[in-house]
Amino acid sequence: MDRVNRSPGSQSRRRFLRCAALLAALAPLPAGASDETLRIGLTPVFLDDQMSFLREWQRWLEAKLGRAVVFIQRGNYREIVDLVRSGKLDFAWVCGYPYVRHQRELKLVAVPLWQGRPQYRSYIIVPADDTRSASITDLRGKVFAYSDPDSNSGFLYPRYLLATHKEDPGNFFGRTFFTWAHRKVVEAVGVALADGGAVDGYVWETLAELRPELTRATRIVERSPLLGYPPFVARADIPPAELERFRAVLLGMAADPVGEELLRRLRLDGFTRASPELFAEIAHMAARVERL
Amino acid sequence: MSALSDLSLRWKIPLRVMGAVLGTALAVTGALVAREYEEIRQNLEGHARSMGRVLAHTLIMPVLHDDIWRAYEILQSAHERDPAAPELQAEVVLVTDADFRVFVSTRPREFPIGSSAASRGGAYGLLRAELSRGTQTEQRVLEPVDSPVYFVMSPLIADGVALGHVILGYSKTPFLPRFLGLVGRAALVTLVVLAVILPISWFWSRRTGQPLLRLAEAMRHVPVELEAAHLADLPHSRDEIGQLGSAFRRMVGELRNKQELERQMLVSERLAAIGRLTAGIAHEINNPLAGMLTAINTYKRHGGDDPLAAKTLSLLERGLTQIRNTVAALLVESRVEDRPFAPQDIDDLLILVEAEAHACGTKVVIDGMLGAPLPLPATLVRQIILNLLLNAVAAAGNGGIVRLHAHTTDDSLTLAVFNDGRHIPAEELPYLFEPFTTHSGKGHGLGLWIVYQIVQQLDGEISVDSAPDSTTFTIEVPYGSASRSPAAALSD
Repeated sequence: MDRVNRSPGSQSRRRFLRCAALLAALAPLPAGASDETLRIGLTPVFLDDQMSFLREWQRWLEAKLGRAVVFIQRGNYREIVDLVRSGKLDFAWVCGYPYVRHQRELKLVAVPLWQGRPQYRSYIIVPADDTRSASITDLRGKVFAYSDPDSNSGFLYPRYLLATHKEDPGNFFGRTFFTWAHRKVVEAVGVALADGGAVDGYVWETLAELRPELTRATRIVERSPLLGYPPFVARADIPPAELERFRAVLLGMAADPVGEELLRRLRLDGFTRASPELFAEIAHMAARVERL
Repeated sequence: MSALSDLSLRWKIPLRVMGAVLGTALAVTGALVAREYEEIRQNLEGHARSMGRVLAHTLIMPVLHDDIWRAYEILQSAHERDPAAPELQAEVVLVTDADFRVFVSTRPREFPIGSSAASRGGAYGLLRAELSRGTQTEQRVLEPVDSPVYFVMSPLIADGVALGHVILGYSKTPFLPRFLGLVGRAALVTLVVLAVILPISWFWSRRTGQPLLRLAEAMRHVPVELEAAHLADLPHSRDEIGQLGSAFRRMVGELRNKQELERQMLVSERLAAIGRLTAGIAHEINNPLAGMLTAINTYKRHGGDDPLAAKTLSLLERGLTQIRNTVAALLVESRVEDRPFAPQDIDDLLILVEAEAHACGTKVVIDGMLGAPLPLPATLVRQIILNLLLNAVAAAGNGGIVRLHAHTTDDSLTLAVFNDGRHIPAEELPYLFEPFTTHSGKGHGLGLWIVYQIVQQLDGEISVDSAPDSTTFTIEVPYGSASRSPAAALSD
């Protein structure tokens, strides 16, 4: 081997090492993601554990956008919100509560329509065999299951509700825990691991169709007023063309046969444009609770 | 009890063998089941212990982070039912904090978060006493007395500090069906094995007992039916039963010999008694008889010529002479002075018999010839042979054959007279040699008596072998040094 050949060899090795270092930096994200790949963060604001559905949705989005799409899921809302805030995700489907908290760092893309409205409710549920409790205030000193500390319906609303009852949400329950998913709140309350829980009404209603045995073990004692549905948001520095393109795909989803089928499986009617005012109530609740 | 010991070996041996087989089968099955039970138990405990260790290890972080739901999910996945081994499934899994308050459990309704693990009462109440006992940092198996549940308690240790415990509660009852299934299978296998072994062992034990039974059956014939006992089919093996069989055969043989001997002694004693009686009577008759005959003789010589008296005396003389002849025939006496028996005597005898043989149409054959005269009284031996030949000719009848076989050794003469005529029935044999015994209806029945008396006087032996178409009288008479008779008195 002579020197002429060795020089390009060492160069390519250096380049490879640089790539490896880059990949190591991106380790929390899929190694296959390139600059061309659209990274979409998902949170358990919907039943995000249906892998076959996610794969089909991903394929559909790739076909519509003409580029690779990667769904990124994490154990809690905060990680996804932090990833999109730091620009490591392009888009994310998050809850209204983190949206209102980090509104300046996020761009509202579209809001799903559920039962014809871009709104949903939070449900306070108790085990079905608890026939006495009629309100969250009957659960004093009991075990209560929240879904996620960054969830509107599964955390903010019950705390706000307690605050309106002049109760201290921090001390009202005997014990609280997070299940990190709405569906698991239903399960925890169903098996009476928790005496009560707060759950996304959309998730509860969808579960009532898909897994009725889970919701049948629970009983709704309180429903919140209509609140802004968990929106799709984009990182702040998203190129406007990219945002528009993605928004157009989401808004056109209901008109597309495959997209409509996917929406049907999500039990959603479609997507709509929305203004941040949709989340004013949530912002109000957040302000109320955070004052405590 | 006595009824059992009285039972025939026909049943006793097979029943005992069956008992042994059944006992063995039960013992082996029992041992296997016990071993299997222990193994299941060990497996169960081993499984529970390792499950406890794995859970304790996995649950440290959720407990540290107070993540109830994560802990619950871990318990649920560990608690998943395995249909193949339901006994491996814990009835309940509890995670307790350091104060034994429930952190989370697989059955939240019965063990709510924050309650005491022992508050449910029952076995769990019993558990309370056990909980605080012993070291808190080691895995323990707790089995409260009278509890239907036993517990495997594994500490959650982080940096040497016990954060709490994972308590796996196992019901003892799911273990039971599996154990019963095991017992059922073992019983089935045992039954199948028994179904194969029992008939075989029954057959073999029957076979083992068979020779003993036959022996016992043969024994029953002793001593009345020795012949049946002798003919019994006894084992010929070399084992103890075979030895017993041959000993039995020996015994029966000796018994038969003894009976035969006794019978012969009885016959000869009777004949001797008859002989003595006859001799006594003959002597008593002979003495006056000689006087009477002498008186008649004297009268005839010196008496008158009265024709009536002469006629009467002549009648008396003939009658008395007949009595004397008869008595003389009864009184066989060895004449002290006689010549030796010579080969020519046999020729003479043949001539003497031939007239009678010719009349009867019988053929008389002489086998074997004597080489030299024998030191035996010729008259007596001639008398024996003549009597036997005449009897044989009479028995053989028309067309029959009579054979005389004479044979000598250094010290004895053997004479065998054979005929192929009417044989002598067995029941008559004992009385054959008694006087006035006649079988042909002819003669006075003294022939064989005389033969017997002569043979007795010569210290000889006489035997009869009579079968249809073959009757042989054999006589063996010793002489010389073997003879006790006064043969020395013989003169040439």
